[in-house]
Amino acid sequence: MSHAVTEKRPSSLKGGSLPRWSAWAVALAATGAGLGISAAAGLDSSIQWALIAALLFVLVNYVLAVRVEGRRQAKDRLATSLVWVAFLLAVIPLASLIWETVSRGLKVFDVYFLTHSMGVVSDTEPGGGIYHAIIGTLEQVALATLIAVPIGVLTAVYLVEYGRGRLAKTVTFFVDVMTGIPSIVAGLFILSIMLILDLQPFGFAGSLALAILMMPVVVRSTEEMLKLVPNELREASLALGVPKWRTIMKVVLPTSIGGITTGVMLAVARIMGETAPVLLLVWGADYINNNPFEGAQASLPLYIYEQYANSAGSPAAYNRAWAAALALIAIVMILNLAARGIARWKAPKTGR
Amino acid sequence: MDISTQDAPVPPPAPAPSLEQKRASRGATRPGDRVFLGLSRGSGILLLVIMAAIAGFLTYRAALAISEDEANFLTSFEWDANGTPPKFGIAVLAYGTVISSVIAMVIAVPISVGIALFITHYAPRRLGGVISYVIDLLAAVPSIVYGLWGALVLVPHLNGLYGWLDDYLGWTGVFEWQGGAARSLFTVGILLAIMILPIVTNVSREVFRQSPQMIEEAALALGATRWEVIRMSVLPFGRSGVISASMLGLGRALGETMAVATVLSPSFLINASLLDPGGGTFAQNIASKFGEATPVGRDALIASGLVLFVITLLVNGAARAIIARRKEYSGANA
Amino acid sequence: MAKRIDVSGLTAYYGSHKAIDDISMTVEPRSVTAFIGPSGCGKSTFLRTLNRMHEVTTGGRVEGKVLLDDEDLYGQGVDPVAVRRTIGMVFQRPNPFPTMSIFDNVAAGLKLNGSYKKSELGDVVEKSLKGANLWNEVKDRLNKPGSGLSGGQQQRLCIARAIAVEPQVLLMDEPCSALDPISTLAIEDLIGELKERFTIVIVTHNMQQAARVSDRTAFFNLSAVGQPGRLIEIDDTERIFSNPSVQATEDYISGRFG
Repeated sequence: MSHAVTEKRPSSLKGGSLPRWSAWAVALAATGAGLGISAAAGLDSSIQWALIAALLFVLVNYVLAVRVEGRRQAKDRLATSLVWVAFLLAVIPLASLIWETVSRGLKVFDVYFLTHSMGVVSDTEPGGGIYHAIIGTLEQVALATLIAVPIGVLTAVYLVEYGRGRLAKTVTFFVDVMTGIPSIVAGLFILSIMLILDLQPFGFAGSLALAILMMPVVVRSTEEMLKLVPNELREASLALGVPKWRTIMKVVLPTSIGGITTGVMLAVARIMGETAPVLLLVWGADYINNNPFEGAQASLPLYIYEQYANSAGSPAAYNRAWAAALALIAIVMILNLAARGIARWKAPKTGR
Repeated sequence: MDISTQDAPVPPPAPAPSLEQKRASRGATRPGDRVFLGLSRGSGILLLVIMAAIAGFLTYRAALAISEDEANFLTSFEWDANGTPPKFGIAVLAYGTVISSVIAMVIAVPISVGIALFITHYAPRRLGGVISYVIDLLAAVPSIVYGLWGALVLVPHLNGLYGWLDDYLGWTGVFEWQGGAARSLFTVGILLAIMILPIVTNVSREVFRQSPQMIEEAALALGATRWEVIRMSVLPFGRSGVISASMLGLGRALGETMAVATVLSPSFLINASLLDPGGGTFAQNIASKFGEATPVGRDALIASGLVLFVITLLVNGAARAIIARRKEYSGANA
Repeated sequence: MAKRIDVSGLTAYYGSHKAIDDISMTVEPRSVTAFIGPSGCGKSTFLRTLNRMHEVTTGGRVEGKVLLDDEDLYGQGVDPVAVRRTIGMVFQRPNPFPTMSIFDNVAAGLKLNGSYKKSELGDVVEKSLKGANLWNEVKDRLNKPGSGLSGGQQQRLCIARAIAVEPQVLLMDEPCSALDPISTLAIEDLIGELKERFTIVIVTHNMQQAARVSDRTAFFNLSAVGQPGRLIEIDDTERIFSNPSVQATEDYISGRFG
C-alpha cells in the first residue's frame, strides 16, 4: 500500500516522552523565573509576574515537548498547558475577591456593626452599622418573594401540566427572554409607573422590580422539577378519579417541593444582591425605616455602593463597605449552600 | 405523596370512575379544575403582560423625553438632559457599552472554554466536581461586590499592565495611556470578563459534557492525542453551544450596572485610547445620573434604558434561538 | 503487515472491580479470531485492553502483558497513542465523525499524522473505500457528510477509516449488532477479504457469525454475576463448534446455557 504513509509510521511503539513530573517542574521554574524577572526589573504588580510566569510555563512546556516528544505531542501539551493556565487565570481574581472581602471586611464586622444604623454617623466618620440596611433588604426581598413565587410556580404548572399550543410556546420564549432583562431596566419600568402616578420612593416599589427579576428564575427551576415527576404518579392519581387540580396540589407539587424550594432559594440569593433597581426606586436611607410601604429605605447592596461612592475615599467608609460586602456574601452563600443541601437531601426521594 | 394512590383501596373497574377519568383528563370541566387552570394560565399571561408593559411604559416615557430633545438622540455626543433646552444623545453610551462588552467577551470566552474543557476532559473527576461547585458559587457573588473589589483592588493592580501595554502597544493609539488611575473602559471590560466567566463556563461545560462518547472513542482509536480528540469531536459538537453561552454572557455584560458604575470614571467623550478614563455605558449612566436628574432628565435616562432593553432582548433572543435549534437537532438524532 | 498478539496473565479492573481475570492467549496473524460468551463476561473489555482503550474509561486499569510480535504494549515508555495507531478498532455502533465528509472521515487518521501528500491522500481514500467494499456506493458523493449513509454503509465507512492508516491488527467490537441482516452479510464478506491483510479480532454475540467468519474462537464465561470474566478455552472454530473440550462451552453453544 502507499509507502508514503507506512514509512512515516514510527517503527516502534515507543516515542520519546517527558517524565510525568516535568510539567510540575516547569510550572515551578516558570513561577520562580516570573518572580525573579519582576524583582530584577522592579515590577511591583502581581499581575505582571503572573503573566510572565504563565507565558514562560506555556512556552517552555511546548519547546521541551517539541524537542523530546515530537510536534503532535507538543501540540497536545500546549493545549494542556493553556487549559491549566485558563483555570489558574480564573481562580486568581476570584480567590483575591474572597480574600480581600473577608480580610478587609472583618476589621469592623462585629455585633455593634450588625445592630446599629447610620442615623447619627456621617459618611466619612467611623462607627455606624448595617442594621437598617439588613431590615430593608429582608423586607424588600421577602415581599418580592411573596409576589414572584406564586406567579412563578403557577406559570410553571401551566407550562408543564396544561401547556400545549401557541400560548405555552410564547410564554416559554418570553420567560427565557425575561431571564436576560438587565436589572436596571426592570427598575426603570417600575420608575416609569411611579412617575405617572407621582409616587415617592418606597421599599415595596423595589420589591416589584425584584419580583420581575425573580419570576423567570422561579419558573425555569420549577419547570425542571415538575418535569422530573414521573407520569405514572399522575396517572395513578387520575385513574382513581382524583380531579386534575387536586392531583397537582396533592401529588405533583408535594413530590417536587424539595427541588422547588431549592430553586426559590437560589432565586432569592440572586435578587438579594441586586443594587440597581433599589437605587432607582428605594433611594436608600441612613436611618431605620421598618415600613416598606412608605418612605425611602436602605438595602445592603445599596449600602455598599453608598459607602463606596459618597464618602470621598474615607477609610472608615471603605471599611464599612467591605464589612457590608462580607455580610451580603455570607447571606448569599448560606442561602446557596442551604439550597444545595435541600436539593441533595430531597433528591433520592423524588428520584425513586 | 400520602394521597389515596397508596392508602385507599383500589375501586373496582366500574363505569363510574372511568367516566370520571375521562372528564378529568379532558381538563377544566369541574369547578376546581376550571379555577386552577384559570389561575395557572393567568400567571403565564401575566408574565406576557409584564413584558408588554415594560416595553410599553418605557417607550411612552422615552417618547416624552425624545420629543423634548434638542439634540439628535442617536448620534449626539452630549448628555445635558437637565439643561434648558435639554440636549442628550446615546452615541457615547452605545460605544462604551459595546466596547466594554466586546473586551469582556474576548477575554472571557477563551478562558471559559478552557475551564470547561478542564472540568470535563482534563481534571480528575472529583477535582472537576469541586471546581464546578466553586464556579456555581462564584456566579452567586453580587455584582456590587465585584464592583467594590474592582474599584479598590483591581484598579491599583492594573497600573503595571497598563504601563506595559503603553510601552509595547502604545503606538497603535488604542493602548496609549496617560498614566491616570486605571478607571477606563478596558478595566471595565476585564471586570465584566471576570463576572461573566461563571455563566459562560457553566453552559459550555454542560455542552462539552454531552459530547458523544462514541465519537471521542472513534478519534482515540485512530491514534489521536487528547487535544486531537477535542479538536475532532468535542469542539465541532459544542460550537453552537459555546456561541449561545457567549451570547448569554454578552447579555449579562451589556446590562451590568453597579460594577461599571463603581469602576469607571465616566465622561461624555469617546477616547481613541481604551486605557484612558472616560466614556460610559447605558446602565452605568443611568445609575450615576439618576440622583440629580430633573423630570425630563429621568425620562431621558428611561429612553436610554429602552435602547439597552432592546439590545439585550435581541442578544438573548438570538442566544435562545440557537439553543432551541440545537435541541431540535440533537433530538432528531437521538 | 499483520502481526501476532501474545497475551499473558492479563487482568483488567474498573476501579476496584475486577472485570477480567488472568487471561492468556495467542492471536495468529492473518486470521480471524472470534470472542464469544454471555453478556458481561468481559470479552469487550478484553478486546479494549488490546489497543489500550480500556484505560480511557474512568478507573480502567490493566495488569499483565500484551506482546505485539515482541513488543509489550504495556511496557515502559510505550505511547498509547502509537499503540492505537498500530491497532485499529471498529465499534459496536457506527461512529463516523458527524461534522466531516465521507472523504475526510477516511482521511482523518492520515491527517492526524500530518505527513501526507495531497495527491496521495485521494489514492489512499479510494483504496480504503474499495477495501471496505464501499467505493462504488459513495464515489459520487465523497464530499457529503458521512452521517447521511445507511447504518451498514456507515459501519463500512468506519472500517475504511480504520484500515486507511494501515494498522497491524483490526479489532471489531460486535460490528454487526446494530445492523440488518443484509448489511451484516456485507460486513462478514468484507471480514473474509480483510483477513488476507490484517490480523482480525472480532467480538460477537452471534454464534453463527463466529462460526461463519472466524478461524479460531475463544469462549469467555463468568462464574456468577459480579465475578470477573475468564477465558474458558480457545481453539479452531471448527473444533469449538463440533467438539469442544470443555463442557461449559458445549452447553453455551448448544443453547443449554443458564
